[in-house]
Amino acid sequence: MVAIQLGQTEFHHEQLDAHRAGTVASVHSWELVTAVDGPGTRLTYFLSGCLLRCQYCHNPDTWKMRDGALTPIDDVLARIRRYRPVFTATGGGLTLSGGEPLMQPAFVARVFAECHELGVHTTLDTSGYLGASASDELLDHTDLVLLDVKSGRPDTYREVTGRELAPTIAFGDRLRARGTNVWVRFVLVPGLTDAVDNVDAVAEIVARWPNVSRVEVLPFHQMGEDKWNRLAIPYPLHRVQPPDAALQERVREQFRAHGLTTF
Amino acid sequence: MTLLDSPRSASTAAPSIGDGWAGFTAGPWQHGIDVRDFIQCNYTPFTEDANFLTGATERTLCLWARLSAMFPRERALGVYDVDPTTPASITAHAPGYIDRPNEIIVGLQTDAPLKRAIMPNGGWRMVATSLETYGYPVSPELETIFTKYRKTHNDGVFDVYPPAVKRARHSHLITGLPDAYGRGRIIGDYRRVALYGVTALIAAKKVERAALDEHPSTEDIIRSREENAEQVRALKELVQMAASYGFDIARPAASATEAVQWLYFAYLGAVKEQNGAAMSFGRNSAFLDAYLERDLQAGVLTESQAQELIDDLVIKLRIVRFLRTPEYDQLFSGDPTWVTESLGGIGLDGRTLVVKTAFRFLQTLYNLGPAPEPNLTVLWSDALPEGFKRFCAQVSIDTSAIQYESDDLIREAWGDDAAIACCVSPMGVGKQMQFFGARVNVVKALLYAINGGRDELTGEQIAPVTAPLAGDVLDFDTVWTAYLASLEWLAETYVDALNCIHYMHDKYAYERLEMALHDDTILRTMACGMAGLSVAADSLAAIKYASVRPVRDDTGLIVDYVIDGEYPSFGNDDDRVDAIAVTIVETFMAMIRTHPTYRNAVHTQSVLTITSNVVYGKKTGNTPDGRRGGAPFAPGANPMNGRDTHGMLASALSVAKLPYSEAQDGISLTNTVVPTGLGHTPEEQITNLVGLIDAYTLSHGYHLNINVLNRETLEDAMEHPENYPQLTIRVSGYAVNFVRLTREQQLDVISRTFHTSV
Repeated sequence: MVAIQLGQTEFHHEQLDAHRAGTVASVHSWELVTAVDGPGTRLTYFLSGCLLRCQYCHNPDTWKMRDGALTPIDDVLARIRRYRPVFTATGGGLTLSGGEPLMQPAFVARVFAECHELGVHTTLDTSGYLGASASDELLDHTDLVLLDVKSGRPDTYREVTGRELAPTIAFGDRLRARGTNVWVRFVLVPGLTDAVDNVDAVAEIVARWPNVSRVEVLPFHQMGEDKWNRLAIPYPLHRVQPPDAALQERVREQFRAHGLTTF
Repeated sequence: MTLLDSPRSASTAAPSIGDGWAGFTAGPWQHGIDVRDFIQCNYTPFTEDANFLTGATERTLCLWARLSAMFPRERALGVYDVDPTTPASITAHAPGYIDRPNEIIVGLQTDAPLKRAIMPNGGWRMVATSLETYGYPVSPELETIFTKYRKTHNDGVFDVYPPAVKRARHSHLITGLPDAYGRGRIIGDYRRVALYGVTALIAAKKVERAALDEHPSTEDIIRSREENAEQVRALKELVQMAASYGFDIARPAASATEAVQWLYFAYLGAVKEQNGAAMSFGRNSAFLDAYLERDLQAGVLTESQAQELIDDLVIKLRIVRFLRTPEYDQLFSGDPTWVTESLGGIGLDGRTLVVKTAFRFLQTLYNLGPAPEPNLTVLWSDALPEGFKRFCAQVSIDTSAIQYESDDLIREAWGDDAAIACCVSPMGVGKQMQFFGARVNVVKALLYAINGGRDELTGEQIAPVTAPLAGDVLDFDTVWTAYLASLEWLAETYVDALNCIHYMHDKYAYERLEMALHDDTILRTMACGMAGLSVAADSLAAIKYASVRPVRDDTGLIVDYVIDGEYPSFGNDDDRVDAIAVTIVETFMAMIRTHPTYRNAVHTQSVLTITSNVVYGKKTGNTPDGRRGGAPFAPGANPMNGRDTHGMLASALSVAKLPYSEAQDGISLTNTVVPTGLGHTPEEQITNLVGLIDAYTLSHGYHLNINVLNRETLEDAMEHPENYPQLTIRVSGYAVNFVRLTREQQLDVISRTFHTSV
């Protein structure tokens, strides 16, 4: 019994080392998608683990890192290599999403560096909350950041995510200083994030960043509810209606009024 | 073929038979039947965008409106009208018109639009059943003629089927065989009539006959001589038919209008006489473009008139009708005619075969509105001009009405003058024909392997007796060995059936006009096919990677399966299971090749179900992959619905692994996307769709049906979910099966998808 336990412990240590070194990652799933996670057709890896608990999260099954499948970096790189012709034909590339990919920054840094060796475009889909974990070297190999600015008012941000807004702004400022291309995403939830002053606050923050090339307003949908129920987590937005067309347009106009290209 | 030689030679303006060839570039095409050479010498590649196109004229819209007003009655009754007493032939019916003064191109299958003809040479029962179904009288005289005096194709086949074929047919192991209906999938080179005129074609056929007469009269030679005589007779009737409309097609077409009219008359002759499962049109755009361009250059035709000619031709192609039974329509889901026209592609010399007229054909989908016929098929290569690629993508997004095939694979195998018959079957126009073979159910074959040759639904012994698999858990190696034996027997039985069918079809329902528009020496393919590939592959993957326990009824028949554990499923770009699918395709093809074919046809196969995947599924019991008995198979080579969880392209890349060399009759894939799933702006959507098709064809994908859904389609899917089992919607990074959503969620998706744009 002891020997077996010891073996397991050793194995566990090895895994932790690999994790720290970024040669292995906890992965929820992967998908080959078009037009949603960056330009062209993307190989998107959804990494497991996130510190935010967004009320509208449609992937609560990616919250815990331990729920993901431990995946060696070589498997990921093999798939990237396989899809190089696809990236070339479609103007696409690799997107690391989650969860929060910056929970596993060493892995992100390694994979992105390898992508650039291969000439593959890289996109980081993040809330920015862990932006401080992204090394300069990681960002050197990041072509595009999809930055979720979930709210403009600190109190609303806290209500939506359970965490602070400031780190996201700091990360955005850093990306601005570096001149990294950014697409900002804002999830519009009636009664939660749709207040005029909250949206204006987001728009004002984003308008400070000339490196933002587009804003995507994503209308909240109820299709994540099933997953919350399956995981037996109380779902706070039960019965909340998706935003109607008029509300969506109002919010987009608020962004456009700040000179932002908004979809 | 010196009869075609012209008295003038090729130095200045091209010589002509009459004036038909004036202004064309001379070449070998003048000295023998060689339409491809004519095209190569005379077509103008077009590499710009769609801006030159014009809309429909008032006349076109009126004509189309007049016809459209007749469609509701046809939909309600199943047929608009039938002529129940005139067995069809090229000349059987008096001329018919939609609106004579307003038609530019004329000719109908019978004497009135949408009036269907009876074609009893395929089989009398199909005719009688159809007439009874739709409430038309069955002529006792005709019944006597076709049951007592004139044997039909159907009668012939059943005289010679061996018992094994009858059993396999009866149990739906082999389904959809063209033994009671016209085989179709033969494309006459209808262009020849326009380019050479029928007199020259008859002369060429007589030269071929003279060569045949040099051989001793063996069975093959006698058959060829008889076919040649029938071909000449059909050509003469074609001239008569055109004359009844006031046109002399004995001579070559002399203008663009005549070229379109002559071409259409040739096709019309074929659909007047043959009720083929697919009556495809060919590859006509570069050919017609040479005539249109000549008249445009001469200033005798405007772009609007050029478009009007194509619009008018397409109107005619849209109303090709055949009288068929409801069972037939169920198998083929509707009343399809597969008037397939192949557009685009790249020539062997590297020049694109895209011409303005390819754009004009696509433009009919705007000028007349979307329609499934003619079945506009784009031969796609990443080397196509960007302007054409983008227009195709735009048309797909707006209409969902075009399909794509890999031009690179087709050109490499069959040259640059090949066209698609039906959905995916390529053939060199006028040089090649196929013996259509429908398909076998490779899922049922697996269940027979497991059950010792007994049918899983009825318990009947269909395949030869083998030992049913014993034990509590299915062992992969044992199942695979049994499956090979089952497929081996099936391949033999299948080729046997097809040989019987095509012998009799040639004998009793020979396509004399279509074959008159072929060379005398042609390549014949024996087009076998399979259905249910993804179910078979997933079932084998389940047996290999999970644990599958068979459930037996009290007779020992295995009727269900319990799966413990997970297994990789086809459609996720996962080699563990994709390799199984590839092996099934390769193995069955190799088995088919060992059996001699009628007329030494080259063996091919397709992975295609058209739409019969629903019917096949209905007749197949529970399967080891967890699919319930009666549930539809995925269409064609598609992965099973909902099991492909890594995105549309990953799913497509699994299919792209199936080797075209082992499925030369085509590998079909259907996918659905929503416009906003392709990007925010129309420009972005077009760019992304072009990229996807490029990525798929560059990965050796063969065929792609792209549904880009509009609002109406989604609303229809809410009302008729049974028609949309695989409709997948992506919403902000989350994929859902549309028909499984609640009504509220569906409404949400619709508003989300369509209100956000514009």
